This record gives sequence, structure tokens and C-alpha cells, in this order.
Amino acid sequence: MARSAVPIITRIPAVMAGMLVLVLTLGTLIAVAMRAEVGTGLSAADWAAIKFTVSQAFVSALVSIIIAIPVARALARQSFRGRGALITLLGAPFILPVIVAVLGLLAVFGRNGILNAGLEALGLPTFTIYGFHGVVLAHVFFNLPLATRFILQGWLAIPSERFRLAATLNAPVGRLLEWPMLRSVLPGTFLIIFLICLTSFAVALTLGGGPKATTVELAIYQAVRFDFDLGRAALLACIQFGICTIAAIVAWQVTAVDGFGAGLDRVVQRWDGSRFIDFVWIGLAAAFLIVPLSMVVINGIMGLSELPFSIIQAATRSVIVALASAVLCITMALALALQGGRIVSIIGVLPLAASGLVVGTGLFLIVFPFWRPSDLALPVTALVNATLALPFALRSIAPAVDGVVADYGRLMDQLNVTGWTRLRLIILPRIRRPLGFALGLAAALSMGDLGVIALFADENGATLPLAMYRLMGAYQMDAAAGAGLLLVALSLLLFWICDRGGRVDADV
Amino acid sequence: MFKTTYLTAVAGLCLATAATAETPKLSVLTYDSFTSEWGPGPAVEAAFEEICACDLEFVGAGDGAALLARLQLEGPRTEADIVLGLDTNLTAAARETGLFAPHGITADLTLPLGWTDTEFMPFDWGYFAFVGNADADAPTSLRELAESDIKVVIQDPRSSTPGLGLLMWAKEVYGDEAPQFWDAIADNIVTVTPGWSEAYGLFLDGEADAVLSYTTSPAYHLIAEEDDSKVAWEFSDGHYMQVEVAGKVAGTDVPELADQFLEFMVSDAFQSIIPTTNWMYPAATPADGLPDGFNTLIAPATSLLKTPEDALAVREEALAEWRAALSQ
Repeated sequence: MARSAVPIITRIPAVMAGMLVLVLTLGTLIAVAMRAEVGTGLSAADWAAIKFTVSQAFVSALVSIIIAIPVARALARQSFRGRGALITLLGAPFILPVIVAVLGLLAVFGRNGILNAGLEALGLPTFTIYGFHGVVLAHVFFNLPLATRFILQGWLAIPSERFRLAATLNAPVGRLLEWPMLRSVLPGTFLIIFLICLTSFAVALTLGGGPKATTVELAIYQAVRFDFDLGRAALLACIQFGICTIAAIVAWQVTAVDGFGAGLDRVVQRWDGSRFIDFVWIGLAAAFLIVPLSMVVINGIMGLSELPFSIIQAATRSVIVALASAVLCITMALALALQGGRIVSIIGVLPLAASGLVVGTGLFLIVFPFWRPSDLALPVTALVNATLALPFALRSIAPAVDGVVADYGRLMDQLNVTGWTRLRLIILPRIRRPLGFALGLAAALSMGDLGVIALFADENGATLPLAMYRLMGAYQMDAAAGAGLLLVALSLLLFWICDRGGRVDADV
Repeated sequence: MFKTTYLTAVAGLCLATAATAETPKLSVLTYDSFTSEWGPGPAVEAAFEEICACDLEFVGAGDGAALLARLQLEGPRTEADIVLGLDTNLTAAARETGLFAPHGITADLTLPLGWTDTEFMPFDWGYFAFVGNADADAPTSLRELAESDIKVVIQDPRSSTPGLGLLMWAKEVYGDEAPQFWDAIADNIVTVTPGWSEAYGLFLDGEADAVLSYTTSPAYHLIAEEDDSKVAWEFSDGHYMQVEVAGKVAGTDVPELADQFLEFMVSDAFQSIIPTTNWMYPAATPADGLPDGFNTLIAPATSLLKTPEDALAVREEALAEWRAALSQ
């Protein structure tokens, strides 16, 4: 591979980023395990939880990418007014706090939702969202946009010269160009979504309808919070890592490597496909994602006037943490992507397999003997969020960096363009689009996070999601809806600014 | 130049030390909604600092269960002087940590039950109840609810204290027949949420006819929103109680201040803040009585409460029964 060019760029940043990921994932797990007493083993209920966790994650990931393929294809082929805005907006569900998203979905698919109102008016039997299909529906709502973006990037990375050539030769575009691209993009995308669904529990529980929708993460939650059985928590976290490892190995087995020459970084132009079908796909996906989001907005607007001043402070804190986290995240991702290789890929998915609660608990155990946790709440949150967003950033940046190195590596070597110059002049300009996307995604993800802050923050250190939950706890449901809307708006704004900055003259 | 900076720094240090020496700090570990600005926290802080010549600091840690986990994580090195917000389903486990000291307080409490715990002092209490809409038909017992086709939302006992409360409620009413009760009520349960907030949100959005909450929940709607459309259903079985307690951490470096806080906690000044901020009953009814609106609430004839030791002992079995019945 063209990886020979890599050692020229120093290894130190990659090693540091890798170490940090290892400390935060496996290190925290060890910290928890070390505090544990003798373990109790797994019960039949735990096995049922594992089975449910894996099956819902598998189906959710499969459905998400099956729908994402035609949507991404349509978005890659068609240009229309508002396409950029639509693509940005489609990123919104992914960053919503679970309860905000669930209430949005229920406003459409719930008992008193729009769908059931419509079915009732037509005299048709009503639909219940609670159950396995509800979990899948919610997970698709969260992850379809992400899958679409990853696959869309794959499509846009195919140089337009190849489509031109294929059109000239009347060659089958699907088999020659699109299928190889999908083979290289889909397994990683599937893996990421599978792992996201694997570690969720609030969605699965709320929409799954009850204890049959138990996930491993909920079992970890119970072990830590009610039983304080850290041994069990560590054991369950290991199982989560084990499932992740198997999934990762399978995904890498089926990942193909792209082997065409370089194009000229031009806008993709296409001569095939039906405009009508493309717009049907885009329309359906947009409706599925935007209608529940609109309900979040409508419910939130009324609550905006009831928001207390402290929300502004919480929002400011969240934005600062999000920006710090995003910069840290793409620095780490870039360092790892430049290094490349299989170990980096493994490090890159580790954070997804980690249980947020175990990371938080382990970090607390590591930090507590030396510092007051509340003094470190915001830096720790930024650091953990950066690490948790790393898989997404790496997934977005690494293929682009690989592509640049594969296409220009030998040329750069010959011209003796190395180190910073190489990064600044050759690589960064060519990966600006995925870099901006990764930066925006990391910032937005950090905005919505509720994992670590809850363990570290004191009365004065709340971030926006935490403040939202506190509002709900005090019966302030309307104000909480307002806070939810503010959160969505700020997250989208951050995402839009970063993403936009990455493609000022590009076409996405 | 160097000298002045140095001197200023030294002076600053001296002043800082003097300042800390003057105002000792009392750190109270509590649940999130207590410290929030809509909770009792800010008012309690102001009222106590007026009399204690100290700096009262709240540290929030999720809900009651997370509070215990936090304390267990910190162990004897904890900086907390008081832990406030555990309930009696958690105190047996809290006692086992050996981190708490006797409170030594005698106060005239107005709980419906006697109080003998020497380590944990109650600060408020409430009854669990299903809260529904006033215009709907209300069942009058757990069994009637289970046999009806009313749809309810409950919380998961593995992640929330109300969820655990319902588990104890069913166990207290039905004993060994609790599994049959869960079988019967399974088809009434729309869904199970991780915590109270999610469940209450679903109920207000019309996803269910009722939600597991407290008999005092309607008081919030009545007093804060002038909305009388929410009522708690009174069940002839009796209602399981949640008693929220605080305890003094044995390793505290300000034991007198901690004692003073616990005394203050059962005094009028603290207790009168509770009803309209925490939306629970005060542990000792203040001299001025309860706020208007509380008199409209249901007053269950029978109060159910397991001892902390019993609650801990039956939890695992009750959880397994619950899980088995609702997983069908």
C-alpha cells in the first residue's frame, strides 16, 4: 500500500491520541474492575439482554443503511435549491437528547400522534409504536442521517471523470463504480451504527415497551447505580467489548479496498438514473426525519419564554465544551488517520464499544484521589466527548486521507514534500469536506451528551442537556421542551458552521 | 517588581486562609432536582447560611440511587458532610457502607408512621400513586387497575426509585401473589421508562391514561399552573410511601455544623420550603400548616412501608418476578 509515505509525518501525535483512547476505554474499565469484589457471573436474564441487544442493534443498523443507500444515491445525483440545508437538517436527529427525540417521534407515531389521527380518520386500525419495531424505528430515525452522510461522502468521493468515462463508454456505472465504493463504505458504516444501537438503553427501554427490551447497557446501569456491583458492571462492559470485537472483525473481513486512479476533485455529474425516483426517496426520508423534528420545534417554542436565565449559562458552558471537544477530536482523528493501519482502525472504534457509564465511573475512580471531580467537570467532559466522537470523525476523515496518500503519496515523495508542508498544502485542502463534517459532528455530539457531566458536575456546572433534565425533574415540562429546542438549534448551528466551513466552494 | 508581586501573593494567601477559617464549609451531597433553582436548594441555602455563619454547598449527583453509588465510589475519602435524598429502600445498603454516624436528633415528626432510625433523619415523604386525568374513570385498587383496560406508564425499578417503589408496593399488597398481579397488569402497561421525567412527559403528552408518580403531583399542577385536571387515584390497598432521608457522614471535619444542619432540616424554616419546591410532604408539618391546594389531595387511609432491611432483602426476588411477568 501507499502507506510507505507515512513515517515522514511524525508518529508522536498518533501515539498520544491512541494512548488517550486506550486510557479512556480500557483504562477506565480496568479501574472499575480493580475496585470490584468477586464477580457473580451471568444470569439467564443477562443472556436474554445480550440476545435482545444484539438483535435490535443488527436490525436497526441493517434497516438504516438499506434506506440510506438510495437516499444517499439520490442526494449525490440531484442538485436542487435547499439541498445543502436539507443535508444539514438531516443531521439533527442524531444529536438530539433521547427524550427530546422520543417525544418528537411520539408526536407522529404515538397514541395521539399524527399518524394514528390520520388512520382513525380513515377508519383504519391504529398503530402502536411500542415494541421491537418501535426501537428499530427510533434507531433508524437517529442513525439514517448518519448513514446517509457517510454513504453520500463515498459517492461524492468517486471522481466525476470516471462517471464521464463510464457514460462515454456506455459502461455499467453500478457495477464498475458504485458497487466497489459501497463495498468499501458500507461495512464501516454498518459497524458504527450497530455499535451506537448496541450501547443505547433509554430508547430501547422507552419504546421497547418494558423489560423484554433490556439492553446490556441497562444491566450495567443497574449494576453500578442500585447494586454497586462493579464486578458485574466490568464483566458486562467486557461482554460489550466482545460483541464489538466480533462485529468489527466481520466488518473488516468484508471491506474492500478501492483501486482506481486519481481524479481532479470536480463536482460529480451524472448521466444516468431517474430524477423522479430520486426525489421520491429524498422526499420520504425528509418527511420521516423532519416531521418529528418539527414537532420538537413546535412544542419547544412555547417553552422558550419560560426558560430561566441559568439556561443561558448552561448553554454557554455547553458550547465551550463542544468547541473544545470538537477541536480535540479532529486533531486526534487526523493524527490517527495519518498514521493509518489496522491498529488505528481498532483504536478508532473502541470508544463506541465502551459503556458511557463505565467510562464515567472509571474516570471518577482515577480522578477522585487527586482532584475534586467538580473542578474538572468541564475539561473531563470535553475530553471524553472528543474521544466518544472519535470513531465518527475517523470514519469520515480516514478514507479521505487514505485516498490523498494513495493518489499523491508517490508524487509528494518525489517532490520531497514532507511534514507540515505536506499536511498543509496537499492533504488538508483535499479533505476539507470530511474534516468540516467531522468537526461539526463532534461539536454537535458533545452538545447533546449527558453521560459524564452528570457524574462530575456540581450545582453550578450543568450543561444544557443536564439543565433540561433538571427542568423535567421539577415538573417544568414546557420549559424543558424549550431547552430541548434551544439544544437542537445550537447543535445544528454549530454543525452547520463547521460543515459549511469545510465546503465553502464544494457542492454537498 | 518581583518583590511586590511576591508580597501581594503572600497577602492574598493570608487573606484567603483567614476567610476560610472564618466561614467553614458544609458540603451536602444530594440529588439533582433538589439543587436546581426550582428545587428546595437555593431557598434552603439562603435560610441556613443566615444562621450558621458557614458556606453551604450542594453537590448534585443524579437521583437518589445515583447518590448512593456516588458515595460508595468516594468511600471514606468523601468530602461530603451530609448526604441528603436517599430513601428507605436504599438506607439499608447505605448503612452497610459504615460511612454514616448517628444523628442524635429527636424531633416531632408528622410522618404517618413512627420513626426510629438512629442514622437517617427524614426530611420529606410522599405516597406513590397513579396520576391520571380528572375526567376519566378512576380505579380504586391495584387489582381494579390491573383488570381494567386503562393504559399506564411506569418506571424501570432497575434505574429509578419510583419504579422500585411500585415493586415494593405490589410486594407489600400481594406478597407471594405479586407475580399474578404483574401478569394481570402487564397488558395495561404501555411502556416502561428509565426514569420519572420520561414517564411523566409521556403521560402529559397523552401517551397513557395514567403515570406512576406521587399523590402530591396534582398539587404542582394546581398551585403552580392553576390546573385542576390532574388527580391521584386513591387505592383501597393503601399506598406505598417514599420517605426521603439525610444522614451525617461519620468522617466529616465539621461535625457540629453537620448536626446543626440536621436540626435545621426538621425545623420550620426548612420544612416550609419543601411542599412547593420538592412537591412532597414535609417530615414535620410547619406551624403555618401546608400551603393551600394540599388540602385537596387524597389522604390514603393505609400507609405501606417496608423496613429498609426488608426492602433490601426482597428486592432481588421482586425484581425477578417483575421481569419474568413483563417479559412475556
